[in-house]
Amino acid sequence: MTTTMIAGHEIEINDDGFMLNPDQWNPEIANELAVEAGIAPLTDRHWEVIDFCRRDNAEKGTPPGVRRITKNTDVSMKEMYTLFPKGPGILAARVSGLTKPKGCI
Amino acid sequence: MKKMLILGAGTAGTMMSAKMRRALPADEWQITIVDQDDRHIYQPGLLFIPFDVYRARDVVKPRSRYIPPGVRFIVSPIDVIEPDDSRVRLGDGTLLHYDLLVIATGSRIVPEETEGMTDTGWQTSTFDFYTPEGAVALRNALDDFDGGRLVLNVVEMPIKCPIAPLEFVFLADWFLTVNGTRDRTEIIYATPLDGAFTKPRASEILGHMLEEKNIGLEPLFSTGSVDGEKQVIRSWDDREIGYDLLVTIPTHMGSETIENSDMGDELGFIPTHPNTLQSKGWENVFVLGDATDLPSSKAGSVAHFQGEVLENNLLRIIDGRELTEEFDGHANCFIETGFGKAALIDFNYDVEPLPGRFPVPGIGPLRLLQESEMNHWGKMAFRWIYWNMLLKGAEIPGIQSRMSMDGKWS
Ligand SMILES: Cc1cc2nc3c(=O)[nH]c(=O)nc-3n(C[C@H](O)[C@H](O)[C@H](O)COP(=O)(O)OP(=O)(O)OC[C@H]3O[C@@H](n4cnc5c(N)ncnc54)[C@H](O)[C@@H]3O)c2cc1C
Repeated sequence: MTTTMIAGHEIEINDDGFMLNPDQWNPEIANELAVEAGIAPLTDRHWEVIDFCRRDNAEKGTPPGVRRITKNTDVSMKEMYTLFPKGPGILAARVSGLTKPKGCI
Repeated sequence: MKKMLILGAGTAGTMMSAKMRRALPADEWQITIVDQDDRHIYQPGLLFIPFDVYRARDVVKPRSRYIPPGVRFIVSPIDVIEPDDSRVRLGDGTLLHYDLLVIATGSRIVPEETEGMTDTGWQTSTFDFYTPEGAVALRNALDDFDGGRLVLNVVEMPIKCPIAPLEFVFLADWFLTVNGTRDRTEIIYATPLDGAFTKPRASEILGHMLEEKNIGLEPLFSTGSVDGEKQVIRSWDDREIGYDLLVTIPTHMGSETIENSDMGDELGFIPTHPNTLQSKGWENVFVLGDATDLPSSKAGSVAHFQGEVLENNLLRIIDGRELTEEFDGHANCFIETGFGKAALIDFNYDVEPLPGRFPVPGIGPLRLLQESEMNHWGKMAFRWIYWNMLLKGAEIPGIQSRMSMDGKWS
């Protein structure tokens, strides 16, 4: 674990650059993480996904996978790949200040 | 009489019925198991059918032969589970009440989930090998195949036996070489993962094997659609791969029953406690095998390791004792690599596959994450072990349910 400064806040992150404590997250940090990931500026559509990820993580204790996101928002799979390119589930979790979604082992 | 009900008589359910019949007194507990048909398929054998190593008849036996005396076997579709009332409704309306429920309804491929997959070309230029029908059709197609581009695509994770698609391309390399068409064939492996496999060490080593065998790797390719007219697969981010022969690993989902019963996640897998195997929703419902939502591999070996923990926990809940949290995600899989060789991996929730020797540290005879002929014979012997030991819920010598770090090079 290391700490880093994001948007003027000291944030705990793991080796892959995912935030360790979702409570340290705020929208400013999301904007900066989006710049880092090359997807800034965040649009309303991004926020719809981020809001769902935050809510779902708080409820279930794990970040949602991409299928779960598309099932529970009106964002389609296709759009997910435009909003959060390459690995949309992973990138959405990252910008939402959540851990990497547990893949399969 | 108390009632234990097991849903699904595949690998996990059959094994559990044998374990519990031995463990529970026959005058106190009635055990019932339900499946929709009486054909038990040795699924690991499906991999070999396209290459004519096994015939379809080599992998199918009657389920009833493996269900022990003293267990009632009902052949019927399961319609819906009503866990709040501790009962299950079968296809013909029969109600089965239970004190304890074990769900082992597995996972299934759903090619219809991908746009275009089952339209033009399905079973003529696009094949699966996760069903006996698919594997046999693919065998015939490979027989007629005279070179071109062979593409294997994994649509999305999770899938059963995440190693089987890699084994398929390794075996295809061998098969086409032996048949003299390899130099006219390009083989491509397209996967939504960022490398050949899920974990870094194994991914690197298996990635090298792909390179050595001249098999192209297309990482981060999540298939959005199949166009059978043009013979291309398209990713969600609009990359295209053309094919002459497409071997696809379609989306996997849990049983429709789970969806009907509103007990699953978005793919119909049941939220399950990762270490006790109790369902998260109901105290008297346990889940094992492919039906869980756990990040452990969907593999027969995993069901075997889970079985020991589950037996223990079923006995504990009957006695009113606390459950053990013994299941560690242990998996142990052979990787057939072609030309009479195989590799082996052993891993769990926390420890990725590492090189070393297995099961006796320093000696083996099996080699972890390395190819050897001995490993290949281990894989071929697995069929015998499956029918004669695993399904009967017997212990397999030298192999423990909890993963061991002995003999591994970290
Ligand atoms: C090609 C291939 C290769 C594989 N290779 C390996 C390997 O090398 N090593 C390994 O360990 N594993 C391997 N596996 C995986 C292994 O076969 C599975 O993980 C294992 O069979 C899972 O057991 P299960 O009991 O959970 O599910 P299954 O064995 O699939 O059983 C589920 C049962 O539930 C029944 N069922 C479901 N829904 C209903 C319903 N509504 N009504 C009635 N019955 C229902 C089904 O008919 C089925 O019999 C492979 C799988 C495939 C497809």
